[in-house]
Amino acid sequence: MNSGALRRLYGLLRKESLQIWRDPSALAIAFVLPAVLLLIFGYGVTLDARNVPIALVVQKPSAISSSFTSQFSHSPFFRPQRFLTIQGAERAMAAHAVQGIVWLPSDFARRAEAGGNAPIGVIVSGVDANTARIIEGYVQQVWATWLTARAKAAGGGSALPFSVQPQVRFNPAVDSRDYLVPGLIAMIMTLTGALLTALVIAREWERGTMEALMVTRVAINEILLAKLIPYFVLGMGGMAGSVAIAVFLFGEPLQGSIWVLTATSALFMLAALGMGLLISGFARNQFVAGQIAIITTFLPAFILSGFVFDINSMPRVVQIVTHVVAARYFVVILQSVFLAGDVWSVILPNALALLVMAAIFLGLARGTARKRLD
Amino acid sequence: MPAGSPTGHAPQPALSLADVRHTFRAGKRVLTALDGITAEAARGAVTGLIGPDGAGKTTLMRLIAGLLRIDAGRIEVLGIDVARNPLAVQARLGYMPQRFGLYEDLSVAENLDLYADLQGVPRGERTTRYAELLRMTGLASFTARMAGRLSGGMKQKLGLACTLVHPPDLLLLDEPTVGVDPVSRRELWQIIDHLTREAHMTVVFSTAYLDEAERCDSVLLIHEGRLLGHGKPGQFTAEMAGRSFFATASLGRRRLQARLAQAPGVIDAVIQGSRVRVVRAEATPPVAAGLVAEAPDLVLIPTPPRFEDSFVARLRALDTTPAPPPSATVALPPTTPQMPSGDVIAIAHLTRRFGTFVAVDDVSFTVARGEIFGLLGANGAGKSTTFRMLCGLLPPSAGTLRVAGFDLRTAAAPARGRIGYMAQKFSLYGDLSVAQNLRFFSSAYRLRGARQRARIAWAETEFELGARRDATARDLPLGFKQRLALACALMHEPEILFLDEPTSGVDPLARREFWRRINALAEAGVTVLVTTHFMEEAEYCDRLVIMAQGKVLAAGEPEAIKRAARTEARPDPTMEDAFIAVIGSPRQPAHAA
Repeated sequence: MNSGALRRLYGLLRKESLQIWRDPSALAIAFVLPAVLLLIFGYGVTLDARNVPIALVVQKPSAISSSFTSQFSHSPFFRPQRFLTIQGAERAMAAHAVQGIVWLPSDFARRAEAGGNAPIGVIVSGVDANTARIIEGYVQQVWATWLTARAKAAGGGSALPFSVQPQVRFNPAVDSRDYLVPGLIAMIMTLTGALLTALVIAREWERGTMEALMVTRVAINEILLAKLIPYFVLGMGGMAGSVAIAVFLFGEPLQGSIWVLTATSALFMLAALGMGLLISGFARNQFVAGQIAIITTFLPAFILSGFVFDINSMPRVVQIVTHVVAARYFVVILQSVFLAGDVWSVILPNALALLVMAAIFLGLARGTARKRLD
Repeated sequence: MPAGSPTGHAPQPALSLADVRHTFRAGKRVLTALDGITAEAARGAVTGLIGPDGAGKTTLMRLIAGLLRIDAGRIEVLGIDVARNPLAVQARLGYMPQRFGLYEDLSVAENLDLYADLQGVPRGERTTRYAELLRMTGLASFTARMAGRLSGGMKQKLGLACTLVHPPDLLLLDEPTVGVDPVSRRELWQIIDHLTREAHMTVVFSTAYLDEAERCDSVLLIHEGRLLGHGKPGQFTAEMAGRSFFATASLGRRRLQARLAQAPGVIDAVIQGSRVRVVRAEATPPVAAGLVAEAPDLVLIPTPPRFEDSFVARLRALDTTPAPPPSATVALPPTTPQMPSGDVIAIAHLTRRFGTFVAVDDVSFTVARGEIFGLLGANGAGKSTTFRMLCGLLPPSAGTLRVAGFDLRTAAAPARGRIGYMAQKFSLYGDLSVAQNLRFFSSAYRLRGARQRARIAWAETEFELGARRDATARDLPLGFKQRLALACALMHEPEILFLDEPTSGVDPLARREFWRRINALAEAGVTVLVTTHFMEEAEYCDRLVIMAQGKVLAAGEPEAIKRAARTEARPDPTMEDAFIAVIGSPRQPAHAA
């Protein structure tokens, strides 16, 4: 690159930095939006069931029934409300006041004392299938714990012939936030990389400044580099801010090394920027650029990256489609680096996939860019 | 070796166009933007690319700058084929696109720095080059100001300065003067003259203002992608020698204009002040006898031809459609509500602030029934804001305004029922057909049944839209779009018609046609308010106000405003001269009678 080209690139970079600095919306997308999203997901959205309101219907209170129901009061998962009749509990469930009913019929104490089969009714609201399954599991767990405790108290061995000893690795607290937040960082970088870049270039088309640039001596590579470099820096800055919030505010574990995180983030950022540049090649106004960027980058990253929805449980065809979503590889890397450490067998193939995607998108962006309006 | 040609070659033109063609594809349709243009532009001269909107001027500019791929033909800039080597051409070119290509969130100095970096101006040379450019453009005291906060005229000059940081061999300016105030326009022309005379730069300049042709050394007159004429502006006017006259008679000027437009051997008749300017098909002595039966006292005074006369003559020669129908009853709404004569619009001390910015500052005027009243000013003068308040779309910050007898503060809705509004941009539904647009707008004005059908039938015959009733509005030619927009604004027979920049950019014939209808409406008692930045259009008004920076600088009849600007050096000032005179002395608003 000769000195004229360097000077042109320097001029464009300085212009871009001044514009970013003076335009509150660019800084907002890079720094405020990540913080807001992290706070919403970190505090508000969780896939765990906690404090689930359930109805406890005890038709004939007795010592044995209260020893069973006290298990629910002490559980962090439930917030029990007592009802005297099953009808009252059903009305509460219909009104969404409770999400499940645990029903001890009037003959529960008698049949339990007799050592016979004492049925417990469990009704779960299936509106939210995910929560319903979790409630079902928790109730069974409460019941098993109670039975074991009773058997021990009675001096005998366990009433159950087998028991399961669950052991959770990589996210010992089984906190959904701990795996949502790394995925969220991928979303945030998609926004800065693809959406912001596509928007600012479309703005240059709209305001007619791109037309003026095209007629100067500037080469198309210089125009692309001048967009790539500042938004790369901005995206990495947003990334650093998000990691800081994740680690210091939410106490996310960062098991892997910073440099693996930085290097893979840089690869993903390049892929996202490549998408943004590619979109801006044919979307000449901000509205269209925004729509295309959201539909082709942000939504797939949200839905198909395995960030919220598990890829293995998707239909086969959709699973194949996920392979062209760059975020898919990055989410796996992030979850590994945050929760498991530098697991090379996971990081290397996914990093390679990111490298390929970055090369494809940047190559396409360069190949389709023309120093012309048509 | 011929003298004056040191290189030994024949003097090469700065720009040569050989059978240049360009088409655009919009869906299934193919639009021909340029249809075989062959011309040359001499070095060191100003070549004007002149034509109405949609003529193909911008497409040609972009082809010359290497921004579009040429479909057929060849363009050479300074001997270089643009299609083969656009970068080499761009290195020697300065190009200012229509919106000046400025970064509004960068300051004046930062914009200059950017273009200096892009054009490879060495650091050492910048201080002197900037000083020269800033002095030339008068921007020296604004270097720290953001470009977005400059006035239209200052943006135009900054855009020009940015293209000149590295002096180009060929300077392309795409409509730099449209919507800019006349003072800035004159200053721009002074700069261009300086560049060509002193720096021997070649300038190609596009404009829709026909009066700018006379400032060019050479003119390419373009219409619908074809070259209608090519030569020195003097050649165009020379063809028209002895054919233009001022007509005066005791007959009302609008009636006289309508009659003269129909008279045999007359190809053009437009109102200019209190007189009618007539162009005849042949050079004739100024004999008026028998020209208009209604006006036995008609007098014709010869007047020098204008560039526009020659454009009109060329368009008439192309136009094979029959002459418009007799205009005595033209565009008359079938029924007109009876209103007492007097002021239909009265505004007093009208002010509108946006934060600390005063868009309209203490404006007062009245408009009488059946009057054509103009608001003349550059972009950003406050015309559109005044209009929005008159239409009840924007509440005023202070002052009173009454429209059709209603106070807009308390009764905006009934007042709006009496108003027809034609927006500056095409604001109809482009995907609907002509008939569907008419039906929609008539029902929006609550017309139903027989009355709705009658109004639609009226619009289709009156505006000659019948043959195109099934055409999609988007695909109509500009002149027809305008007719349709006017028809839609008139569906409910409004008493007052607001026209926002109605004829900007349309060709002279379409403009005459449009004003023929407006005149007829005014004759029938409709009050017409019109905003414009075309100085010439102000001549059609009965009275007008000149606005700048939210204030009314002058008000009165066009003749009186022009008379007030009369000096010894300039005994017969144009509207533009008058405008510059009042802008130059804003301290004493000249309230001519």
